[in-house]
Amino acid sequence: MEQLSNELRNFIVENFLFGQSSDFSDNDSFLKTRIIDSTGVVELISWVEESYGIRVEDDEIVPDNLDSINKLSRFIERKTCVSR
Amino acid sequence: MQLEQFLEASASKYPEKVALVFEEERWTYSQIDRACNRLAHAFLKAGIQRGDRVVICLPNCVEAVLAVFATLKANAVFVFVNHSTKADKLTYILNNCRAVALVTWDSKLKELSGMDDGIPYTRAVFGVGAAETCSEECQRLGKTLTLVDAAVAAQGCDRPPEKRCIDLDLAALIYTSGSTGRPKGVMLSHLNMVSVATSITTYLENTADDVVVNVLPLSFDYGLYQVLMMFKVGGRVVLEQSFNYPFQLVKRLIEEEVTGLPIVPTVSALLLQLDLSKYSFPRLRYITNTAAALPTRHIKDLRRLFPRTKIYSMYGLTECKRVSYLPPDQIDVRPTSVGRGMPNEEVYIVDDAGQTVGPGVVGELVIRGSNVMKGYWELPEETEKVLKPGPFPGERVLYSGDLFRSDEEGYLYFVGRRDDIIKTRGEKVSPREVEDVIYGMDGIAEVVVIGVPDPVLGNAIKAVVSLRPGATVTDKDILNRCREKLEDFMIPKLVSFEPSLPKTQSGKISKRMIPAAK
Repeated sequence: MEQLSNELRNFIVENFLFGQSSDFSDNDSFLKTRIIDSTGVVELISWVEESYGIRVEDDEIVPDNLDSINKLSRFIERKTCVSR
Repeated sequence: MQLEQFLEASASKYPEKVALVFEEERWTYSQIDRACNRLAHAFLKAGIQRGDRVVICLPNCVEAVLAVFATLKANAVFVFVNHSTKADKLTYILNNCRAVALVTWDSKLKELSGMDDGIPYTRAVFGVGAAETCSEECQRLGKTLTLVDAAVAAQGCDRPPEKRCIDLDLAALIYTSGSTGRPKGVMLSHLNMVSVATSITTYLENTADDVVVNVLPLSFDYGLYQVLMMFKVGGRVVLEQSFNYPFQLVKRLIEEEVTGLPIVPTVSALLLQLDLSKYSFPRLRYITNTAAALPTRHIKDLRRLFPRTKIYSMYGLTECKRVSYLPPDQIDVRPTSVGRGMPNEEVYIVDDAGQTVGPGVVGELVIRGSNVMKGYWELPEETEKVLKPGPFPGERVLYSGDLFRSDEEGYLYFVGRRDDIIKTRGEKVSPREVEDVIYGMDGIAEVVVIGVPDPVLGNAIKAVVSLRPGATVTDKDILNRCREKLEDFMIPKLVSFEPSLPKTQSGKISKRMIPAAK
């Protein structure tokens, strides 16, 4: 879980904060902290699909699954368990 | 009539009806009206007087709606600023309109208190969020603090303050990007805004049964008017923070039995990426689009997915809010038209000499109506360039700066802009404003900012940069600087480096000769 969180954090810092590490926590909402915008969500999803070999269904694109590092890593864990 | 009377009339007609839905919160008309009265009294207590400006810098939330109507009830003028506006631009706006009060949330106050430039005119802060942070930052800024929550909870001020305005008084200033780089405050009177809301709700045939979901920021007049118009007709607004999670919108459409969906092309691009074929939206009466033209492909797909829904293609500019709409029965006949003038408004196309031109001839679109702004705040020269004499002595009409042609039946077609403003995600971006930020970095020799076609954004912002010899600036450095200084939608999507930039014969950088597709 911790490794997964770190991977996600690295991707986000690299792609949305342009490499500038920021002090956002694993629970911070991407929406509220404005780290990711609507086109960013699309990028994030395609990266998650590619990196973790999962498919994110349309009805899974909701804040509960994707809107913080913790939510996202729980979601990926759940999905990878199912597909195994 | 005054704008806040939309709320007051609906609160007396439908007191127990839910007017506003935000996340888990549901507010009735009487609850909102009472909360606004209380907040308005807190504004008065802070010394706000008729005609004073109150800057509201908040993301979409209940407090933002309350602040708008409380400002109006306090006989003052609201200035809604995009919440991603950085501290230096916010400072500029506060000082430019000499705002006496600022409504914002804790972390924005933190950003502001770190600024060197002060905000001498702004005496009072109305804070949202963590009380302790608000209080610390206001102490640092030397401003008095009232918490919006506390003002709304204060009992005994439930009656509205005495009305002192007439409909010629200003209701709002909306700052818009100018080609000079500095934002200009568009002055809108109560009459302007009431007229617009009346015209639009007329052609959309809005009623108290309407439920509109709004994903657009309230700082964008298209988003703001969703609230104004629903409050006018006694309908309901479902307010969303943003459009980050497309399926969230689909869920809202179904759960809240939404009847009206306002979009910009970026929203439809993201929505159409979903497989919506398994859902139906029997209640959805209309979709409206403005800010940039809907690609014909989107129109087709939307028509297929929402067969019972009317699609309104529209066009407007902040200076008069809305110009035209295409009646939905025309969308298959002339999908690229933005329609005709709205009710109680006249539009025509003129040549460079100011003469009206016939069908098929390209010219500048002129707008005549009660919706036309009063001018740009304290910019008489800029105002004169766009508000020019009209048909009657003393009358002024709005020159849009947009080139149009019309067909034989008078339907309008957008041709292009006279200036180089970029439309991205439905927002206007001044290339100059982005260029100024990049020029502020060490190592930059030249930079030009252009719009390049993008399937989701309409236009993506691209910065083409040439560096000074030996400079080691990277694209990430540039994007970081933009992120520090500019609103989110202004940050370039693309950065490219060239040894030097192409010039015109007079030595100016030529945007036309920049290879956009690289």
